[in-house]
Formats: sequence, structure tokens, C-alpha cells
Amino acid sequence: MARQAGPSRARPLWVASALGVLALCMIAGMLDGAADISPWQVVLQALDWLPFVHVDSGLAPVEQGLLYELRLPRVLVAAVVGGLLAMAGAGYQGVFRNPLADPYLLGAAAGAGLATTVAIVLLPVSAGSIPVAAFLGAVGGVFLAYTLGNTAGRSGGTATLVLAGVAVTSFLTAIQTFVQQFKVEELQRIYAWILGDVGGGWDQFWLVLPYAAVSAALLLLHGRMLDVLSVGDDEATSLGVRAARVRFTVLLAASLATAAAVAVSGLIGFVGIVIPHVVRRLAGGSYRIVLPLSLIGGGAFLVLADLIARTVIAPAELPIGVVTMFVGAPFFVGVLRMTRRAAL
Amino acid sequence: MITVRGVSVRLGERDVVSEVDLDVRGGEWLAVIGPNGAGKSTLLKAVMGLVAHRGEVTLDSKPSARLKPRERARLVAYAPQAPALPPDMTVFDYALLGRTPYIPYLGRESAHDREVTASVLDRLDLAAFAMRRVGELSGGERQRVVLARALAQEATVLLLDEPTTALDLGHQQQVLELVDRLRRADGLTVVTTLHDLTVAGLYADSLLLMAGGRAVASGRPGQVLTEPLVGRHFDAHVKIEPGPDGRPVVHLVRGGP
Ligand SMILES: Nc1ncnc2c1ncn2[C@@H]1O[C@H](COP(=O)(O)OP(=O)(O)O)[C@@H](O)[C@H]1O
Ligand SMILES: [Mg+2]
Repeated sequence: MARQAGPSRARPLWVASALGVLALCMIAGMLDGAADISPWQVVLQALDWLPFVHVDSGLAPVEQGLLYELRLPRVLVAAVVGGLLAMAGAGYQGVFRNPLADPYLLGAAAGAGLATTVAIVLLPVSAGSIPVAAFLGAVGGVFLAYTLGNTAGRSGGTATLVLAGVAVTSFLTAIQTFVQQFKVEELQRIYAWILGDVGGGWDQFWLVLPYAAVSAALLLLHGRMLDVLSVGDDEATSLGVRAARVRFTVLLAASLATAAAVAVSGLIGFVGIVIPHVVRRLAGGSYRIVLPLSLIGGGAFLVLADLIARTVIAPAELPIGVVTMFVGAPFFVGVLRMTRRAAL
Repeated sequence: MITVRGVSVRLGERDVVSEVDLDVRGGEWLAVIGPNGAGKSTLLKAVMGLVAHRGEVTLDSKPSARLKPRERARLVAYAPQAPALPPDMTVFDYALLGRTPYIPYLGRESAHDREVTASVLDRLDLAAFAMRRVGELSGGERQRVVLARALAQEATVLLLDEPTTALDLGHQQQVLELVDRLRRADGLTVVTTLHDLTVAGLYADSLLLMAGGRAVASGRPGQVLTEPLVGRHFDAHVKIEPGPDGRPVVHLVRGGP
């Protein structure tokens, strides 16, 4: 009896709880603002938006419009971007077997940022081609960091890859700054984008959605394969798995997720470390649970971060990336200390 | 069951394994012995197809090179000398990885896979640990968990690299007895590397002595564990006597070289 109660029996419960938390965060995110709207009215209104459901939330048309045109897309974009970054972080961690791998620290985000800037400056592009440029940049950034980390020596392991990532990030960011100063008339647009922004309305949401769907599906499908990789290449091969192929696919999917997130909302750091780490502590280390919970948890986290960014110095707004770094940087040091101790 | 002909492995600039032949019949236990760095682990990896090598490896009368990875994984299970255990994974999830060769690439495990895993954990007295995190286990428990993963693979050949290092006397015996029982019950073919010569002679049907990458002696324990052979290749001063069951017992002699 007891032995049939495998760990995966607990998974639906975890996913359901995480979805509950996400829903609460989203309601909180929609609530904030000048207008006097109660949480209950938000819930009713959200139900009313569902197809075939008609509920009277008692909100005036103006208030409904505010919720629908401003708050809802904002909260949705924050959730999607946060979910993508957290899940990409978990994916990179699985591929590199390194708990500190993160889209931001690996050079993926900076690569996407540089490519996006170049695209904005050089090509008379429409918004639609930005994610493609960002994807190429993200893959290039990871590739650079990984190659540099490998050639820099096999001594450090965990730390070497991160150091290489930081070096690549600084370098690519420097180039990006150079390119953006080149084209002063685009500066405003680029700055707004770099600082991280989830307030781009429905357009921003529809832009990110297809990339989000493809990368999330790919990553979620590879959870079991990442578990196999976590025992090492030799053992994975002895289990009949082509480790290189799995690695390559997951790397592409994680870079696509990073690129989609960066393309719509700029550079937002540390979500990819904080969330998967917390998830591992709570629900165990299997990627079959880490990936879906990171997707949901990352969404909830970024919705909250956006809420804080909007309220803490209201009426002014903080860039959302500042909030995530404020939480993430101390966390990063903590994780680094723990992995150091475990390695001794 | 396993035939190896003229296998050589070159790592970097060195010939780590040179021209090794070996034969293991079905249901037999072969122990590979030899000093540190003799190439024992590398030989096992070559048999498993984990390192590039020259020469031929035949598994169950099929050339290993022509087996698909998943086919080979259903035939041979391998546990490395220093397995990486993801600390946050539960014992059950870890053992379940052994079912990988039976699960489609992006698919999920079947009820049967879970049953096999659960029964293997039962057999290894690990059922109570199923929900524990691997990182919380003692050395002996870890070694059994790795064995559980290999057994969940339901392969007919077990390649175990130093399955008893870091185990105390009681746990060594427990693991080796277990392998021996499984071999008799399920007709498994077993190849292990072992550094304790007496233990190797006690459990294995035949021994292969390696030194400097070459197979320098092979045969029944009594033929390989002789004072001249062990003295020369381990560079040690030993005394070897027949034990109570006639198998050789290796003693160190004080004041050796
Ligand atoms: N990747 C490698 N590159 C170069 N030499 C290696 C590599 N791996 C192992 N060796 C060398 O090959 C020799 C045999 O190693 P190994 O098979 O692990 O020996 P054993 O298991 O008998 O102690 C050792 O001298 C080791 O230093
Ligand atoms: Mg060895």
C-alpha cells in the first residue's frame, strides 16, 4: 500500500496549491490602484470575462474598462514572463547540472538584450521580429558563456560557469550600451524596454504568448529526461538516453523562453534562481515537479514583484527588475554558500 | 554472455586499456581486480559502450556497437564507481530512473514500471525509504539505492564498479550477498570490480587481474590469487592461504616492500 504512494501522487496537490497562490497574487495585482474596487468584485468580474459565464460584478463600465484594458494584461504578462524565466532557469540548471544557472547570469538574457537592441536600432522592424532576434541572441549568449566556462578550466565547476556568464553578460551589455548610444533618437524606447516593463497591454501579451506556449510545452515534456541527465552523462547513456540530444533540445527551449521574456519585458534577473530553488526545497528535486511548479511560481512571483514596483514609491514606479534583484541577490549568495558547503 | 576481444582504450595520450580479452558466461560472476589505475573502471565503461574503444564487445551474441542505446540498456545495467546522486530526488524517483529504457522518450512511466521499482525497493529493504530524499541517506543506504536503480533496469547483465567501497564490513557483506542471491534467483550475469582481493575470491566464479591496462592473469580465484602474481602486480608483500571453504585468503605481511 504505502509503497504505491509514490512521490508523484503528491504532484497534483502541489500544482493545485501553486495555482491557488498564483490566482491570489493575480487578484492582488489587479486590485491595486486609485479606483475603489473590492477583491470580491475582481473575482466576479474575472468570472464574467470567462466565455459563457455572466456575473454582475457591480462595477461601473469605466472600472471594468480599467481592469480589462490595463490591469488584466499587465498581470497576465507579468505571470507569463515570470513563469518563463523561472522555468528557463530550471531548464538551464538541469542541462548544466548547476543550481546557479539562470537566464540572467548565464549571458542568455544579455545576449537577447543585445540582439533586441541591434534589431531596434538597425532594422526598421516591427515588434513581431524582436523575439526572433532575441532568441538568436540568447542562444549566442549561452554558447559564449558555456565555451568560456569550459576553456577557463575545469577547476571551479559551479562557480566557473557563473563567472563566465557574468563576464559575458558585462561584455554584451557594454556592446549593447554602445549600440544604443549610437542611435539617440531610439534611446527612449530602448531604455523603457531594458529596465523591464510589463505594462505594454494586450499587444505585449499576444506577442509573447506563442513563444511562451512552445517553449513551455517543450520544457515540461522534458522533465523526466532532465531527471535522467541529473545522474551524469555516463549513467544517462547507460540508461539508453542520448544525453547530448536532450541537452541540446532543452537548451534551445530554455533559450526560447528567455528570449520571449526578454523581448517583451527587458532584463529581469534572478527569477530563474530563486523560484526553482524554493520549489526544490518544498516539493523535491525531480524536474517533473520542479518545471511545472517553477512555471506557476515564477508567474506568481513576478506578479507580486510588479505590484511592489508599482506601489512602493507610488505614484512613481520602480523598474520591476530592480525589485527582483533586491530579493534575488541575497538569495543568490545564500544558494552559493550552500552549494559551496555541499561540495566540500 | 559477454565476450570481449582485443579491447583497447586510449584516453588523452595514454593507453589506459590494452588488448584485453574476456569471457563471461551467463549466470557467472567475474571480478576484475588490479591495483589503482590499472584500467578496471575504464574496461567496464568500454563494455558498456561509454568510452570510445578499439576491439570488439559482444553482448548476448550481438555486437555491442550495433545495439541501439535503449536495447543495450535493457541488456546491461551499469553502476559507476562514484555515482552522482541528485540530493533532492526521492529514493523512489531515483530508482525509477532504472526504468528509462522501457519508457518512451517523452512519455511517462506505466503502472508496471512503478510496480517493478517498488518491488525492487522491497527486495533491498528500502521500501521504508521510498519517500526520503537521496541526500539524507548514509553511505550504505546510498549504495543500495544505486543497486536498486540498476536492478529496476531488469537487465540480464550487471556491471558494478566497486559496489562496496565506502561500506563497512556488515554492509559490504549485505550488498555482495544480495547480488549473489539475485544472480542465483534471476540468473543474472555479474561483472564487478573489487579492490578487496579476499572478498573478490570469495564471491566471484572467476577473476581477471589487470595491471597497467593489460589483463595479466585470469581464471578461478585459486589460479589468480597466488603470492607471486599478487606480489608482483600490486607491489605488495602478501601471504595467501586457503580459507575454510578452500577459497584463497589474502593476508598482508608486515614489513613489506
Ligand atoms: N579521462 C581520462 N583521461 C586520461 N586519463 C584517464 C582518464 N580517465 C582515467 N584515466 C587514467 O586511466 C587510468 C585507469 O583508470 P581507471 O580505469 O579508473 O583505473 P582503476 O579503475 O583500475 O583504478 C588511470 O591511470 C587514470 O589516471
Ligand atoms: Mg576504478
